Amino acid sequence: MSEQQTSPNPAVDSPKTTAGRRRGFSALSGGTARNLGLVAALLLLCLVGFLTGGERFASLSNLMIVLSLASVIGVMAVGMTFVITTGGIDLSVGSVLGLTTVWATTLATQNLADQYGWIVMVTCALLVGLAAGLVNGVIIAYGNVVAFIATLAMLVAARGLAELIANRRTQLVQSSSFEGTFEGNLLGVPKIVWIFVFVVVAGWFLLTRTTFGRRTVAVGGNPEAARLAGIKVKRHLMYVYGLSGLTVGIAGVMMLARTGAGSSTNGLLYELDVIAAVVVGGTLLAGGRGTIVGTVIGVLIFATLSNVFIINNLDSSVQQIAKGAIIVGAVLLQQRISAPRST
Amino acid sequence: MVTEDPPALLLQMQGIVKTFPGARALDGVDLDVRPGEVHCLLGQNGAGKSTLIKVLAGAHQPTEGTILMDGEKIEIPHPVAALEHGVATMYQELDVVDGLTVAENIYLGHELANVGVTQRREVANRTRQLMERLGHPEISPHREVGTLSAAGKQVVSMARALSRDARVIVMDEPSAVLDSGEVDNLFRVVEELVAQGIAIIYISHRLEEIRRIGDRITVIKDGRTVGRNLDVASTSTDELIRLMTGKDVEYSFPERPGVPADAAVRLQVEDLSLAGVFSDVSLTVRAGEIVGLAGLVGSGRSEILETVYGARRATGGTVRLDGRRLHNGSVPTAVGAGIGLAPEERKSQGLVLDEPVYRNITLSSFARTARGGWLDERAEKKAAQEQATALDLRPADVERSIRTLSGGNQQKAMLARWLVHGCEVLLLDEPTRGVDVGARSEIYALVRRLADAGTAVVVVSSEIPEVLGLADRVLVISEGQVVHSGPAESIDEHQVLDMVMEGSAA
Ligand SMILES: Nc1ncnc2c1ncn2[C@@H]1O[C@H](COP(=O)(O)OP(=O)(O)OP(=O)(O)O)[C@@H](O)[C@H]1O
Ligand SMILES: [Mg+2]
Repeated sequence: MSEQQTSPNPAVDSPKTTAGRRRGFSALSGGTARNLGLVAALLLLCLVGFLTGGERFASLSNLMIVLSLASVIGVMAVGMTFVITTGGIDLSVGSVLGLTTVWATTLATQNLADQYGWIVMVTCALLVGLAAGLVNGVIIAYGNVVAFIATLAMLVAARGLAELIANRRTQLVQSSSFEGTFEGNLLGVPKIVWIFVFVVVAGWFLLTRTTFGRRTVAVGGNPEAARLAGIKVKRHLMYVYGLSGLTVGIAGVMMLARTGAGSSTNGLLYELDVIAAVVVGGTLLAGGRGTIVGTVIGVLIFATLSNVFIINNLDSSVQQIAKGAIIVGAVLLQQRISAPRST
Repeated sequence: MVTEDPPALLLQMQGIVKTFPGARALDGVDLDVRPGEVHCLLGQNGAGKSTLIKVLAGAHQPTEGTILMDGEKIEIPHPVAALEHGVATMYQELDVVDGLTVAENIYLGHELANVGVTQRREVANRTRQLMERLGHPEISPHREVGTLSAAGKQVVSMARALSRDARVIVMDEPSAVLDSGEVDNLFRVVEELVAQGIAIIYISHRLEEIRRIGDRITVIKDGRTVGRNLDVASTSTDELIRLMTGKDVEYSFPERPGVPADAAVRLQVEDLSLAGVFSDVSLTVRAGEIVGLAGLVGSGRSEILETVYGARRATGGTVRLDGRRLHNGSVPTAVGAGIGLAPEERKSQGLVLDEPVYRNITLSSFARTARGGWLDERAEKKAAQEQATALDLRPADVERSIRTLSGGNQQKAMLARWLVHGCEVLLLDEPTRGVDVGARSEIYALVRRLADAGTAVVVVSSEIPEVLGLADRVLVISEGQVVHSGPAESIDEHQVLDMVMEGSAA
């Protein structure tokens, strides 16, 4: 409509939206405000957990349970944050996760792992994830296929391939070197939580401190402007989907460490949790703005939520309803405090 | 058009104040508009013109101040209320929906419907009439707006304002995307409207336009009215510029030092063609030379620049930089070789609106200041700040979101991008669109300084005097063909117009 406002809402200039415009004025302060809101929501959840579960909720061991629960989704959510920041989506993460766990536990891979150690299984998972991501990226960037469709196709295909390889059987992890390396704790914290922490820190640096991150935001904010400024938009998109696939590979390794088995049903419907966490965290589905910190808080909110429900032996259907309410609530809240976007 | 006995005021805005977080855009503006007049609003970039008209349009709520219509106080809490009070607005930045047809755009928000069913035929007929009135019968009501040029979109936006039966029509820099023929059309329509007693609030940085159609002028500076109801005929240009800028600025083109005949050829374009748009365009630009492309909107000038830049894939011909042939259709190659383009539509093609000013300025160069992939934001801000100061960007705070800058200042940020990047060949598409008088001469001087430092510059502008004044050599383009090429001194505006018209008549 005009330089700074386009909004279907006629009351364009309510005080709330003007407050939101501040965001660009100082990107950090607006982002911090949003994250504070999320932290408040998380604390509120913890309070509910403490009031209803008492010691069973507020214990170190339960904290570790929540964190390991959050880890697998969390690692994939870091990759997804990049994808969504470009204005895209990756629906295939859940089924590619299943595929990586299956491929990394086939007889052939595990035999090799007996000879050369856990590195074989890890490399296998990472390569499978990366390859699936790059295929998504090539189809989306160079084939000009809408991300939703391309990754939906990958979702179906990867699940099918996983079933084919595993023959619908569960494949137990037999490599003792893998178990020794990834299962159990380090300094009292589960190893997979350490991996999560590492991926988050790396993802944060990548998004906020590197040229890769800057390109990601620019491509999502205005692809045409990015192209005319000399950024290789297509190649960058391919990398971003590749990155998402890579995080899925990492999550696959973590999944094997947690459950001790590869199965084609691993990661079923995870894509929904991952996307929900990213969006609730404050990354714009339309692209152009992404936040790793927000994503992490989003992941923790959902993990805490299911923990609170489990501790109280509540019906998981009720939990689904609560999840739905949180997603809608968070997105509504964000629209209030974020700058109206132009079309 | 001003009668002896001035009619009662139609619209009054009194003491309008508008604050944004961190900025006081309007600080007490008054505006009186009579029925049947063309009231011009003048002011430098960032003076607050667009903000004022957005207050009038109901897009912004004033912090203080009153608005009177026919002497009665009115509230305009949202855009629909403005339309109900008879105020229609054409915004500075194009506000059409690309995915809808021309007719759908024009009747967006006030669809002609019969119990919810849109009356397609009626809408199409009325749209056709509007288009005819605006001198564009060739634009079909069913055409998708995204396929129109910037000027075409402006016409649609104009038609939308006309379709509203307004008493006051606000036009925020409507002529910026129009060429002289289309400006004539616009003015004809304006005169018709004024004769019907409709008031026009007209914003433009082109003083000669204001001389042509304006009745009275209000000048705004830093959010305050500094010149009220000045009579167009009796106020001198110097006086207006002094009011706007607060100082005496010379509005002139820089000297041409002349390009030595032995200067190296930087850019060499041979027989470049883009099927259906232009064909066999050849041009050479030497180091230190400014070449201007004159022609009508839609003659293919922007497309030529974009093809040279690699943003479009040529269907024939070659582009060489310093003798080396560039890969066809690759922007990164062009940028890497040292070509820069400031595109025509800064909002859709140039800016990442939600990002701060400095990141927009360094969008082409952040990878260079980075070390091994790690950004050096401090260096980026410093480089951006230097150019912002040099171009007198207002406000000079580079950490603000670029969305909050006024139109002209966004344009300056686009130029700053290539100054920070540093170019051997600079392609400028409408470099002064929306830029105020003072800043214009600064930009002219800047372009000349770049040329003197050895940059080869190609300028496209719809303002023929600008091309003739700034360039060393001029190419006249008509219907995708070069119809004339020669030194700028040896040709005048009328000759250019004749060539352009002849070409398009043929
Ligand atoms: N949403 C906003 N938030 C903060 N500042 C704003 C916002 N919108 C406008 N401003 C500031 O208000 C001032 C007036 O802007 P405005 O767009 O009205 O200028 P203008 O006179 O129309 O200039 P131009 O000729 O360049 O179009 C500028 O300093 C601008 O940066
Ligand atoms: Mg303006």
